[in-house]
Amino acid sequence: MVRDLDDIIIRTCARIMVPFMQVYGLYVFVHGHSSPGGGFQGGCIMAASFILLATAFNIKEAKMRFTEKVNGIFCCLGVFIYAGTGAVAVIFSGNFLDYSRWTNILPTNPVMARYYGMALIELGVQITVMAVMVSIFLDLVTGGSHEEVMKTDD
Amino acid sequence: MIAALNLTFLVFAVIVACAALNVKDLLSAIVLLSAFSFFMCLLWTEMGAVDVAFTEAAVGAGVSTAFFVAAIYNTTRRTKD
Amino acid sequence: MNKFLALFVTLVAGALLAYGAEGLPPWGDPQQPASIHVSPRYIEKTVDETGVPNAVTSVLADYRGYDTMFETSVIFTAGVAVMMLLRGMNHGKRS
Repeated sequence: MVRDLDDIIIRTCARIMVPFMQVYGLYVFVHGHSSPGGGFQGGCIMAASFILLATAFNIKEAKMRFTEKVNGIFCCLGVFIYAGTGAVAVIFSGNFLDYSRWTNILPTNPVMARYYGMALIELGVQITVMAVMVSIFLDLVTGGSHEEVMKTDD
Repeated sequence: MIAALNLTFLVFAVIVACAALNVKDLLSAIVLLSAFSFFMCLLWTEMGAVDVAFTEAAVGAGVSTAFFVAAIYNTTRRTKD
Repeated sequence: MNKFLALFVTLVAGALLAYGAEGLPPWGDPQQPASIHVSPRYIEKTVDETGVPNAVTSVLADYRGYDTMFETSVIFTAGVAVMMLLRGMNHGKRS
């Protein structure tokens, strides 16, 4: 994984599979309202696609697509979206996480406002789970030194 | 719920869990644990809890296996006892 | 000797659990305590109140939103903890 294993079969299969896995992760997230699924599962599938990139190619290839800066920002951004969705309801004199108050911003009725509020918080869960899973995997596989791996390969 | 199918999956899950405890090679233990997660996923699907089954398939059989393999990669593959 | 003691303890604990499982309500019983308290309200009102056909999503994200929020926080904390442990340890060793 840290080493560059040069196998054309694995690389071609991974190259074909990764976009489909990412589209499927987004499908699971978007379709979680009417079928099994949701942010957590979709985030795990998205993270699995980046883990597949890191295993089939090398760490550098995966970090070129999903850089350390973006990873760190995404880790916090998901929780921020979730808590912010709840806090907006407090601003409009509702309870925390009471999405029906989003009618002050969204041009819908309260029922559909709850629908879209749920979509927003699932987006937050998806972003956090994806970023944290990729970050934990990269830390575990390199013993926490993947920044130095990046530097030595350059 | 089909009781016979349920029982079959449960028996397979118990067998795979016992094998994961007893095997000496840690990489085999990881693969067996992944198989255990998969049988639990089938069991939950069969009992109607599809969301839990989906989470088990994504986290238990997918990502946590990758984490275990990454941990093995940095430590030893043989168990000490 | 130690192994047989462990086996004995496991068997006793398993027998106790099996004995306790006898008192559980049957699988999928509509009259069990978990099914008559608050579940019918969620099942009946989910589509009217939230517009989401999947009751699991609406319970997870709307009715029990706090749970899912702190679950996300737990995942975030786990990621930060792994980052602190592994990267901090490595920097101490090298420098």
